[in-house]
Amino acid sequence: MTDQTAYNFAYLDEQTKRMIRRAILKGVAIPGYQVPFASREMPMPYGWGTGGVQVTAACLVPEDRLKVIDQGADDTTNAVSIRRFFQRTAGVAVTEATAEATVIQTRHRIPETPLTEGQILVYQVPIPEPLRFLEPRETETRKMHELEDYGLMHVKLYEDISRHGQIATAYDYPVKVEGRYVMDPSPIPKFDNPKLAGNAAIQLFGAGREQRIYALPPYSEAISLDFDDYPFAASKADHACDLCAAPDSYLDEVITDDQGSRMFVCSDTDFCASRRKAGHIGPMGTPMAGG
Amino acid sequence: MTPEALLGGFTDAPRQSARAFRAALEAMSRPGTLWPLEGAAPPAPLSVAAGVLILTLCDGTTPLHLGGSYDLQVVRDWVTFHTGAPLVSAEEAHFALGTWADLMPVDRFAIGLPDYPDRAATLIVEMPSLSAQGPRLTGPGIAVVAHLNLPETAAFRANRALFPQGFDTYLTSGAHVAGLPRSTIVEAV
Repeated sequence: MTDQTAYNFAYLDEQTKRMIRRAILKGVAIPGYQVPFASREMPMPYGWGTGGVQVTAACLVPEDRLKVIDQGADDTTNAVSIRRFFQRTAGVAVTEATAEATVIQTRHRIPETPLTEGQILVYQVPIPEPLRFLEPRETETRKMHELEDYGLMHVKLYEDISRHGQIATAYDYPVKVEGRYVMDPSPIPKFDNPKLAGNAAIQLFGAGREQRIYALPPYSEAISLDFDDYPFAASKADHACDLCAAPDSYLDEVITDDQGSRMFVCSDTDFCASRRKAGHIGPMGTPMAGG
Repeated sequence: MTPEALLGGFTDAPRQSARAFRAALEAMSRPGTLWPLEGAAPPAPLSVAAGVLILTLCDGTTPLHLGGSYDLQVVRDWVTFHTGAPLVSAEEAHFALGTWADLMPVDRFAIGLPDYPDRAATLIVEMPSLSAQGPRLTGPGIAVVAHLNLPETAAFRANRALFPQGFDTYLTSGAHVAGLPRSTIVEAV
Protein backbone atom coordinates (compact mmCIF):
# COMPACT_ATOMS: atom_id res chain seq x y z
CA MET A 1 0.00 0.00 0.00
CA THR A 2 1.29 3.43 -0.87
CA ASP A 3 1.30 6.35 1.52
CA GLN A 4 -2.36 7.23 2.09
CA THR A 5 -1.52 10.76 3.14
CA ALA A 6 0.29 11.63 -0.08
CA TYR A 7 -1.30 13.78 -2.76
CA ASN A 8 -2.06 12.46 -6.23
CA PHE A 9 0.57 13.57 -8.75
CA ALA A 10 0.20 17.36 -9.21
CA TYR A 11 -2.50 17.59 -6.51
CA LEU A 12 -5.65 17.26 -8.66
CA ASP A 13 -7.51 13.96 -9.10
CA GLU A 14 -7.39 12.26 -12.49
CA GLN A 15 -11.01 13.00 -13.42
CA THR A 16 -10.43 16.73 -12.86
CA LYS A 17 -7.21 16.71 -14.85
CA ARG A 18 -8.93 14.98 -17.78
CA MET A 19 -11.66 17.64 -17.76
CA ILE A 20 -9.08 20.45 -17.70
CA ARG A 21 -6.98 18.74 -20.38
CA ARG A 22 -9.97 18.47 -22.71
CA ALA A 23 -10.68 22.18 -22.18
CA ILE A 24 -7.04 23.06 -22.93
CA LEU A 25 -7.11 21.07 -26.19
CA LYS A 26 -10.29 22.85 -27.34
CA GLY A 27 -8.70 26.15 -26.38
CA VAL A 28 -5.66 25.36 -28.53
CA ALA A 29 -7.92 24.37 -31.44
CA ILE A 30 -9.85 27.69 -31.23
CA PRO A 31 -7.14 30.30 -30.49
CA GLY A 32 -8.39 33.13 -28.29
CA TYR A 33 -11.78 31.56 -27.51
CA GLN A 34 -12.56 31.19 -23.79
CA VAL A 35 -13.47 27.57 -23.03
CA PRO A 36 -15.66 27.13 -19.93
CA PHE A 37 -14.34 24.56 -17.45
CA ALA A 38 -15.40 23.28 -14.05
CA SER A 39 -12.80 25.12 -11.97
CA ARG A 40 -12.05 23.49 -8.64
CA GLU A 41 -11.45 25.00 -5.24
CA MET A 42 -7.71 25.11 -4.73
CA PRO A 43 -5.83 25.41 -1.44
CA MET A 44 -5.28 29.13 -2.04
CA PRO A 45 -7.65 32.08 -2.39
CA TYR A 46 -9.11 33.25 -5.69
CA GLY A 47 -6.88 35.93 -7.12
CA TRP A 48 -3.74 34.04 -6.17
CA GLY A 49 -3.58 32.10 -9.40
CA THR A 50 -6.06 29.25 -8.94
CA GLY A 51 -6.70 29.13 -12.70
CA GLY A 52 -3.02 29.08 -13.59
CA VAL A 53 -2.33 26.46 -10.93
CA GLN A 54 -5.02 24.15 -12.35
CA VAL A 55 -3.67 24.53 -15.90
CA THR A 56 -0.11 23.93 -14.68
CA ALA A 57 -1.25 20.85 -12.71
CA ALA A 58 -2.91 19.43 -15.82
CA CYS A 59 0.21 20.01 -17.96
CA LEU A 60 3.05 18.99 -15.61
CA VAL A 61 5.01 15.80 -16.22
CA PRO A 62 7.46 14.40 -13.63
CA GLU A 63 10.41 15.44 -15.83
CA ASP A 64 9.42 19.12 -15.93
CA ARG A 65 11.44 22.01 -14.56
CA LEU A 66 9.04 24.66 -13.27
CA LYS A 67 9.55 28.41 -12.99
CA VAL A 68 6.96 30.65 -11.33
CA ILE A 69 7.01 34.44 -11.58
CA ASP A 70 4.86 37.16 -10.11
CA GLN A 71 5.21 40.50 -11.92
CA GLY A 72 8.47 39.18 -13.32
CA ALA A 73 9.92 38.27 -9.91
CA ASP A 74 10.80 34.74 -8.81
CA ASP A 75 11.08 35.68 -5.13
CA THR A 76 7.70 37.17 -4.22
CA THR A 77 5.14 35.45 -1.97
CA ASN A 78 2.81 34.27 -4.72
CA ALA A 79 5.63 32.85 -6.85
CA VAL A 80 7.40 31.17 -3.93
CA SER A 81 4.24 29.55 -2.57
CA ILE A 82 3.10 28.17 -5.96
CA ARG A 83 6.60 26.88 -6.70
CA ARG A 84 6.71 25.10 -3.34
CA PHE A 85 3.18 23.76 -3.88
CA PHE A 86 4.28 21.90 -7.01
CA GLN A 87 7.60 20.83 -5.52
CA ARG A 88 5.59 19.14 -2.79
CA THR A 89 2.64 17.75 -4.77
CA ALA A 90 4.32 16.87 -8.09
CA GLY A 91 7.94 16.47 -7.06
CA VAL A 92 9.11 18.46 -10.06
CA ALA A 93 12.42 20.30 -10.31
CA VAL A 94 12.27 24.08 -10.12
CA THR A 95 14.42 26.85 -11.50
CA GLU A 96 14.57 30.62 -11.68
CA ALA A 97 16.31 30.66 -15.07
CA THR A 98 13.87 31.26 -17.93
CA ALA A 99 15.94 29.31 -20.45
CA GLU A 100 16.11 26.21 -18.23
CA ALA A 101 12.37 26.03 -17.47
CA THR A 102 9.98 23.76 -19.39
CA VAL A 103 6.83 25.13 -17.76
CA ILE A 104 6.60 28.75 -16.61
CA GLN A 105 3.61 29.96 -14.62
CA THR A 106 3.34 33.72 -14.70
CA ARG A 107 1.35 36.48 -13.13
CA HIS A 108 1.29 39.62 -15.26
CA ARG A 109 4.57 39.37 -17.20
CA ILE A 110 6.16 37.58 -20.14
CA PRO A 111 9.86 36.88 -19.42
CA GLU A 112 12.36 39.11 -21.24
CA THR A 113 14.38 36.11 -22.44
CA PRO A 114 12.71 34.80 -25.63
CA LEU A 115 10.86 31.50 -25.13
CA THR A 116 11.58 28.42 -27.22
CA GLU A 117 9.79 25.35 -28.56
CA GLY A 118 9.16 22.83 -25.80
CA GLN A 119 8.27 25.52 -23.26
CA ILE A 120 4.77 26.22 -21.96
CA LEU A 121 3.84 29.62 -20.54
CA VAL A 122 0.82 29.49 -18.17
CA TYR A 123 -0.83 32.82 -17.33
CA GLN A 124 -2.87 33.52 -14.21
CA VAL A 125 -5.91 35.45 -15.40
CA PRO A 126 -8.23 37.47 -13.13
CA ILE A 127 -10.87 38.60 -15.68
CA PRO A 128 -10.69 36.60 -18.94
CA GLU A 129 -13.43 38.53 -20.75
CA PRO A 130 -11.97 41.60 -22.53
CA LEU A 131 -15.46 43.07 -22.90
CA ARG A 132 -16.50 42.56 -19.26
CA PHE A 133 -15.93 46.15 -18.08
CA LEU A 134 -17.81 47.43 -21.12
CA GLU A 135 -20.71 44.96 -20.93
CA PRO A 136 -21.34 43.17 -17.61
CA ARG A 137 -23.75 40.53 -18.93
CA GLU A 138 -22.16 37.21 -19.92
CA THR A 139 -25.07 36.46 -22.31
CA GLU A 140 -24.32 39.69 -24.19
CA THR A 141 -20.54 39.32 -24.35
CA ARG A 142 -20.92 35.73 -25.56
CA LYS A 143 -23.21 36.98 -28.35
CA MET A 144 -20.70 39.71 -29.21
CA HIS A 145 -17.91 37.11 -29.57
CA GLU A 146 -20.21 34.92 -31.66
CA LEU A 147 -21.04 37.80 -34.03
CA GLU A 148 -17.46 39.13 -33.96
CA ASP A 149 -18.97 42.42 -32.80
CA TYR A 150 -16.04 44.23 -31.23
CA GLY A 151 -17.15 47.80 -31.99
CA LEU A 152 -17.52 48.53 -28.28
CA MET A 153 -13.82 47.85 -27.70
CA HIS A 154 -12.86 50.30 -30.42
CA VAL A 155 -15.20 52.88 -28.89
CA LYS A 156 -13.40 52.41 -25.57
CA LEU A 157 -10.00 52.94 -27.18
CA TYR A 158 -11.37 55.96 -29.06
CA GLU A 159 -12.66 57.46 -25.80
CA ASP A 160 -9.14 57.02 -24.40
CA ILE A 161 -7.82 59.13 -27.26
CA SER A 162 -10.50 61.82 -26.95
CA ARG A 163 -9.90 62.15 -23.21
CA HIS A 164 -6.15 61.66 -22.93
CA GLY A 165 -4.87 62.36 -26.43
CA GLN A 166 -3.57 58.82 -26.70
CA ILE A 167 -4.65 55.25 -25.98
CA ALA A 168 -4.19 55.33 -22.20
CA THR A 169 -4.68 51.58 -21.70
CA ALA A 170 -1.25 50.56 -20.38
CA TYR A 171 -1.89 46.95 -19.33
CA ASP A 172 -4.53 44.32 -20.11
CA TYR A 173 -4.34 45.67 -23.68
CA PRO A 174 -6.72 43.68 -25.93
CA VAL A 175 -5.43 41.68 -28.89
CA LYS A 176 -7.20 40.12 -31.86
CA VAL A 177 -6.13 36.52 -32.32
CA GLU A 178 -5.82 35.01 -35.80
CA GLY A 179 -8.27 37.58 -37.14
CA ARG A 180 -11.18 36.20 -35.12
CA TYR A 181 -11.46 36.46 -31.32
CA VAL A 182 -10.55 39.51 -29.27
CA MET A 183 -8.63 38.20 -26.27
CA ASP A 184 -7.59 39.57 -22.91
CA PRO A 185 -3.86 38.87 -22.51
CA SER A 186 -4.25 39.01 -18.69
CA PRO A 187 -2.90 42.18 -17.07
CA ILE A 188 0.53 42.08 -18.70
CA PRO A 189 1.92 45.54 -19.49
CA LYS A 190 1.35 46.48 -23.12
CA PHE A 191 5.15 46.43 -23.42
CA ASP A 192 4.77 42.62 -23.46
CA ASN A 193 2.02 42.47 -26.09
CA PRO A 194 4.38 42.08 -29.08
CA LYS A 195 5.80 38.92 -27.41
CA LEU A 196 2.36 37.25 -27.53
CA ALA A 197 2.49 36.98 -31.31
CA GLY A 198 4.73 34.52 -33.12
CA ASN A 199 5.95 33.04 -29.83
CA ALA A 200 7.57 29.60 -30.17
CA ALA A 201 6.14 28.43 -26.82
CA ILE A 202 2.59 27.26 -26.12
CA GLN A 203 0.73 29.97 -24.19
CA LEU A 204 -2.14 28.83 -21.94
CA PHE A 205 -4.41 31.10 -19.89
CA GLY A 206 -6.32 29.95 -16.80
CA ALA A 207 -8.98 31.94 -14.92
CA GLY A 208 -10.05 30.00 -11.83
CA ARG A 209 -12.80 32.15 -10.34
CA GLU A 210 -14.24 32.94 -13.78
CA GLN A 211 -13.87 29.28 -14.90
CA ARG A 212 -12.32 29.90 -18.30
CA ILE A 213 -9.30 28.48 -20.13
CA TYR A 214 -7.94 29.85 -23.40
CA ALA A 215 -4.81 29.45 -25.43
CA LEU A 216 -2.45 30.80 -28.05
CA PRO A 217 -0.76 28.04 -30.06
CA PRO A 218 2.86 28.67 -31.08
CA TYR A 219 3.43 31.18 -33.88
CA SER A 220 -0.10 32.54 -33.62
CA GLU A 221 -1.05 35.99 -34.80
CA ALA A 222 -2.09 38.35 -31.98
CA ILE A 223 -2.57 41.96 -33.08
CA SER A 224 -2.98 44.70 -30.51
CA LEU A 225 -6.07 46.74 -31.40
CA ASP A 226 -5.35 50.28 -32.56
CA PHE A 227 -6.21 52.93 -35.16
CA ASP A 228 -4.35 53.91 -38.34
CA ASP A 229 -3.67 57.41 -36.95
CA TYR A 230 -3.02 56.18 -33.38
CA PRO A 231 -0.96 53.03 -33.87
CA PHE A 232 -0.19 50.68 -30.99
CA ALA A 233 3.11 51.43 -29.25
CA ALA A 234 4.69 49.19 -26.61
CA SER A 235 5.69 51.56 -23.83
CA LYS A 236 7.95 51.43 -20.79
CA ALA A 237 9.53 53.88 -18.36
CA ASP A 238 11.95 56.08 -20.30
CA HIS A 239 14.99 54.98 -18.35
CA ALA A 240 17.58 52.21 -18.16
CA CYS A 241 17.70 49.68 -15.31
CA ASP A 242 19.62 51.18 -12.35
CA LEU A 243 21.02 47.76 -11.41
CA CYS A 244 21.96 46.14 -14.75
CA ALA A 245 21.78 49.11 -17.17
CA ALA A 246 19.45 47.24 -19.56
CA PRO A 247 17.94 49.88 -21.86
CA ASP A 248 15.22 47.67 -23.31
CA SER A 249 13.61 45.73 -20.43
CA TYR A 250 10.36 46.50 -18.63
CA LEU A 251 11.06 48.50 -15.46
CA ASP A 252 9.53 48.82 -12.01
CA GLU A 253 9.76 52.19 -10.29
CA VAL A 254 10.86 51.80 -6.67
CA ILE A 255 10.58 54.60 -4.10
CA THR A 256 13.74 54.45 -1.98
CA ASP A 257 13.10 57.03 0.79
CA ASP A 258 10.60 59.68 1.87
CA GLN A 259 12.50 62.47 0.06
CA GLY A 260 11.20 61.50 -3.38
CA SER A 261 14.22 59.44 -4.38
CA ARG A 262 13.46 56.61 -6.74
CA MET A 263 15.13 54.00 -8.83
CA PHE A 264 14.12 51.96 -11.85
CA VAL A 265 14.84 48.23 -11.88
CA CYS A 266 14.04 45.38 -14.25
CA SER A 267 10.74 43.71 -13.34
CA ASP A 268 12.21 40.40 -14.60
CA THR A 269 14.53 39.42 -11.73
CA ASP A 270 16.16 36.51 -13.60
CA PHE A 271 16.95 38.74 -16.60
CA CYS A 272 18.43 41.44 -14.36
CA ALA A 273 20.52 39.02 -12.26
CA SER A 274 21.94 37.21 -15.30
CA ARG A 275 22.92 40.56 -16.86
CA ARG A 276 24.70 41.61 -13.67
CA LYS A 277 26.48 38.26 -13.53
CA ALA A 278 27.60 38.91 -17.10
CA GLY A 279 29.17 42.20 -15.96
CA HIS A 280 26.51 44.76 -16.92
CA ILE A 281 26.31 47.13 -13.97
CA GLY A 282 23.99 50.13 -13.71
CA PRO A 283 24.58 53.32 -11.69
CA MET A 284 23.14 51.83 -8.46
CA GLY A 285 24.12 48.21 -9.06
CA THR A 286 26.82 46.15 -7.43
CA PRO A 287 28.64 43.33 -9.21
CA MET A 288 27.29 39.83 -8.58
CA ALA A 289 29.32 36.65 -8.36
CA GLY A 290 29.71 35.15 -11.82
CA GLY A 291 27.50 32.19 -12.65
CA MET B 1 -16.79 -9.45 -20.96
CA THR B 2 -13.69 -10.88 -22.58
CA PRO B 3 -10.72 -11.40 -20.24
CA GLU B 4 -8.35 -9.35 -22.43
CA ALA B 5 -10.61 -6.31 -21.85
CA LEU B 6 -9.24 -6.12 -18.31
CA LEU B 7 -5.62 -5.83 -19.44
CA GLY B 8 -3.58 -3.20 -21.22
CA GLY B 9 -4.44 -0.08 -19.21
CA PHE B 10 -2.02 2.34 -17.55
CA THR B 11 0.06 0.90 -14.71
CA ASP B 12 0.77 4.35 -13.21
CA ALA B 13 -2.15 6.45 -14.46
CA PRO B 14 -1.23 9.88 -12.99
CA ARG B 15 2.25 9.97 -14.51
CA GLN B 16 1.55 8.05 -17.72
CA SER B 17 -1.51 10.15 -18.53
CA ALA B 18 0.45 13.32 -17.77
CA ARG B 19 3.16 12.37 -20.28
CA ALA B 20 0.53 11.29 -22.80
CA PHE B 21 -1.39 14.54 -22.44
CA ARG B 22 1.78 16.53 -22.93
CA ALA B 23 2.39 14.75 -26.24
CA ALA B 24 -1.26 15.25 -27.22
CA LEU B 25 -1.02 18.95 -26.33
CA GLU B 26 2.14 19.41 -28.39
CA ALA B 27 0.56 17.50 -31.28
CA MET B 28 -2.59 19.67 -31.29
CA SER B 29 -0.52 22.85 -30.80
CA ARG B 30 1.90 22.06 -33.62
CA PRO B 31 -0.19 20.54 -36.43
CA GLY B 32 1.64 18.11 -38.67
CA THR B 33 4.35 17.13 -36.17
CA LEU B 34 4.59 13.52 -34.93
CA TRP B 35 4.73 12.72 -31.21
CA PRO B 36 5.28 9.37 -29.46
CA LEU B 37 2.39 8.08 -27.33
CA GLU B 38 3.08 4.97 -25.26
CA GLY B 39 2.10 3.24 -22.05
CA ALA B 40 -1.00 1.19 -22.90
CA ALA B 41 -1.55 -2.13 -24.66
CA PRO B 42 -5.06 -1.94 -26.16
CA PRO B 43 -6.56 -4.91 -28.03
CA ALA B 44 -6.31 -5.08 -31.83
CA PRO B 45 -7.30 -3.31 -34.00
CA LEU B 46 -6.55 -0.30 -31.75
CA SER B 47 -3.12 1.24 -32.16
CA VAL B 48 -1.12 1.98 -29.01
CA ALA B 49 -1.47 5.71 -29.65
CA ALA B 50 -5.26 5.58 -30.07
CA GLY B 51 -5.56 3.49 -26.90
CA VAL B 52 -3.43 5.93 -24.92
CA LEU B 53 -5.43 8.91 -26.19
CA ILE B 54 -8.69 7.27 -25.08
CA LEU B 55 -7.28 6.44 -21.64
CA THR B 56 -5.98 10.00 -21.28
CA LEU B 57 -8.99 11.99 -22.50
CA CYS B 58 -12.13 9.84 -22.17
CA ASP B 59 -14.18 9.05 -19.07
CA GLY B 60 -17.80 8.62 -18.05
CA THR B 61 -18.63 12.19 -19.12
CA THR B 62 -17.43 11.86 -22.73
CA PRO B 63 -19.65 9.86 -25.11
CA LEU B 64 -17.51 7.89 -27.58
CA HIS B 65 -18.44 6.67 -31.06
CA LEU B 66 -16.78 3.54 -32.40
CA GLY B 67 -16.65 3.59 -36.22
CA GLY B 68 -17.53 0.50 -38.30
CA SER B 69 -14.47 -1.74 -38.15
CA TYR B 70 -13.74 -0.65 -34.53
CA ASP B 71 -17.22 -1.44 -33.24
CA LEU B 72 -16.15 -4.87 -31.95
CA GLN B 73 -17.06 -6.52 -28.67
CA VAL B 74 -13.44 -6.61 -27.54
CA VAL B 75 -13.02 -2.86 -28.17
CA ARG B 76 -16.36 -2.04 -26.52
CA ASP B 77 -15.39 -4.07 -23.45
CA TRP B 78 -11.92 -2.55 -23.22
CA VAL B 79 -13.15 1.04 -23.51
CA THR B 80 -15.99 0.45 -21.05
CA PHE B 81 -13.79 -1.24 -18.45
CA HIS B 82 -10.95 1.27 -18.59
CA THR B 83 -12.81 4.58 -19.11
CA GLY B 84 -16.55 4.08 -18.56
CA ALA B 85 -17.24 6.22 -21.64
CA PRO B 86 -20.79 5.72 -22.96
CA LEU B 87 -20.79 4.29 -26.51
CA VAL B 88 -23.04 6.37 -28.74
CA SER B 89 -23.95 7.25 -32.34
CA ALA B 90 -21.79 9.64 -34.36
CA GLU B 91 -24.14 12.61 -33.84
CA GLU B 92 -23.93 12.44 -30.03
CA ALA B 93 -20.21 11.71 -29.73
CA HIS B 94 -17.60 13.92 -28.05
CA PHE B 95 -14.91 11.54 -29.28
CA ALA B 96 -14.94 9.19 -32.27
CA LEU B 97 -12.54 6.39 -33.11
CA GLY B 98 -12.02 4.54 -36.38
CA THR B 99 -10.30 4.54 -39.73
CA TRP B 100 -11.11 7.42 -42.03
CA ALA B 101 -13.47 5.14 -44.00
CA ASP B 102 -15.22 4.13 -40.75
CA LEU B 103 -15.86 7.75 -39.80
CA MET B 104 -17.22 8.88 -43.17
CA PRO B 105 -19.27 10.94 -43.70
CA VAL B 106 -17.60 13.24 -41.17
CA ASP B 107 -20.31 15.89 -41.38
CA ARG B 108 -22.27 13.75 -38.92
CA PHE B 109 -20.05 14.84 -36.05
CA ALA B 110 -20.70 17.75 -33.69
CA ILE B 111 -19.05 21.00 -34.80
CA GLY B 112 -20.02 23.02 -31.72
CA LEU B 113 -22.43 25.94 -31.50
CA PRO B 114 -21.81 29.46 -32.83
CA ASP B 115 -21.57 30.75 -29.24
CA TYR B 116 -19.95 27.57 -27.82
CA PRO B 117 -17.63 26.29 -30.57
CA ASP B 118 -15.81 24.16 -27.98
CA ARG B 119 -18.74 21.73 -27.87
CA ALA B 120 -17.35 19.92 -30.90
CA ALA B 121 -16.22 16.36 -31.48
CA THR B 122 -12.62 15.17 -31.51
CA LEU B 123 -11.95 12.46 -34.10
CA ILE B 124 -9.23 9.85 -33.54
CA VAL B 125 -8.39 8.58 -37.00
CA GLU B 126 -6.37 5.37 -37.26
CA MET B 127 -3.90 5.53 -40.14
CA PRO B 128 -1.77 2.79 -41.76
CA SER B 129 1.21 5.13 -41.38
CA LEU B 130 2.05 8.74 -40.55
CA SER B 131 4.64 10.88 -42.28
CA ALA B 132 5.45 14.53 -42.74
CA GLN B 133 4.66 14.40 -46.44
CA GLY B 134 1.54 15.17 -48.43
CA PRO B 135 -0.96 18.00 -48.11
CA ARG B 136 0.39 21.38 -47.08
CA LEU B 137 -0.66 22.75 -43.67
CA THR B 138 -0.58 26.38 -42.56
CA GLY B 139 -2.19 28.27 -39.69
CA PRO B 140 -1.85 28.63 -35.92
CA GLY B 141 0.91 26.48 -34.43
CA ILE B 142 2.87 26.29 -37.69
CA ALA B 143 5.85 28.61 -38.11
CA VAL B 144 5.87 28.58 -41.91
CA VAL B 145 4.43 25.42 -43.44
CA ALA B 146 4.04 21.76 -42.45
CA HIS B 147 3.07 18.60 -44.32
CA LEU B 148 1.12 15.54 -43.21
CA ASN B 149 -0.17 12.48 -45.10
CA LEU B 150 -3.88 13.19 -44.52
CA PRO B 151 -6.43 10.67 -45.81
CA GLU B 152 -8.01 13.43 -47.93
CA THR B 153 -8.13 17.22 -48.14
CA ALA B 154 -11.72 18.10 -49.16
CA ALA B 155 -13.29 17.19 -45.79
CA PHE B 156 -10.65 19.16 -43.85
CA ARG B 157 -11.04 22.17 -46.13
CA ALA B 158 -14.82 22.07 -45.62
CA ASN B 159 -14.21 21.80 -41.86
CA ARG B 160 -11.86 24.83 -41.89
CA ALA B 161 -14.53 26.84 -43.69
CA LEU B 162 -16.77 26.40 -40.60
CA PHE B 163 -14.20 28.05 -38.28
CA PRO B 164 -14.54 28.80 -35.38
CA GLN B 165 -16.87 25.80 -35.44
CA GLY B 166 -15.65 22.42 -36.68
CA PHE B 167 -14.28 19.13 -35.39
CA ASP B 168 -10.67 18.54 -34.31
CA THR B 169 -8.67 15.53 -35.39
CA TYR B 170 -5.94 13.30 -34.03
CA LEU B 171 -4.28 10.92 -36.48
CA THR B 172 -2.72 7.85 -34.93
CA SER B 173 -0.52 5.08 -36.22
CA GLY B 174 1.37 2.60 -34.05
CA ALA B 175 2.79 4.55 -31.13
CA HIS B 176 2.66 7.98 -32.80
CA VAL B 177 0.11 10.76 -32.96
CA ALA B 178 -0.31 13.93 -35.04
CA GLY B 179 -2.88 16.64 -34.48
CA LEU B 180 -4.99 18.61 -36.91
CA PRO B 181 -7.13 21.26 -35.19
CA ARG B 182 -10.01 22.90 -37.04
CA SER B 183 -7.91 26.07 -37.40
CA THR B 184 -5.39 24.49 -39.81
CA ILE B 185 -5.63 25.45 -43.48
CA VAL B 186 -5.14 22.34 -45.63
CA GLU B 187 -4.10 22.46 -49.29
CA ALA B 188 -3.47 19.56 -51.62
CA VAL B 189 -0.04 19.59 -53.27
